[in-house]
Amino acid sequence: MTFFGFVFIFLGLTAFIISSIGLLRMPDLYTRIHAGAKSPTMATLLIIVGSIFLEPSWAPKLILLAVFVLATNPLSSSVIARASHKVDTPYINTNNIDELKDFKEEEK
Amino acid sequence: MYEIASIFLLLAMSLTMIRFLKGPTLSDRVVAFDVLGIMALSLLVLLALYFKRSIYLDIALVLGAIGFLGTTIFGRYIEKGI
Repeated sequence: MTFFGFVFIFLGLTAFIISSIGLLRMPDLYTRIHAGAKSPTMATLLIIVGSIFLEPSWAPKLILLAVFVLATNPLSSSVIARASHKVDTPYINTNNIDELKDFKEEEK
Repeated sequence: MYEIASIFLLLAMSLTMIRFLKGPTLSDRVVAFDVLGIMALSLLVLLALYFKRSIYLDIALVLGAIGFLGTTIFGRYIEKGI
């Protein structure tokens, strides 16, 4: 039980370190949002699963925390990406396609 | 064992802090701030396991709520200004 708990916690920490390296090395804003949205969510979920293995009596609070993180974290990243696209943040556009161009002209 | 885990998490937090201090645009800093909030939440879960006190989990829940609110308000500020 303790062994599986620590295995899950260290998998989560590995995902956190990979995420922070991605935040440092990615070239523009949207790829940084990609590195900063998905893997921290997975890492937090892995750490919470490991904590459930280590302390089974805390399971209700930890499951509440997991549901909360799973609901809010992708939402906040989506909000930042949408707002940054609306104010024309520069990004690397190699094939010259902007799928959200019509949406932006409608708003103006 | 918890000490090693906390040191790994602090390493990841300091790497994110470099992006927070360096980030060229405001949105980069907001993304780094969001990730720092999630890492602080996980650090609070580890602290709750270390001290064997479940009250830290409530603090982690409130920290997650405040962090989400702050990021959303920054998104509105980037989009429309004050």
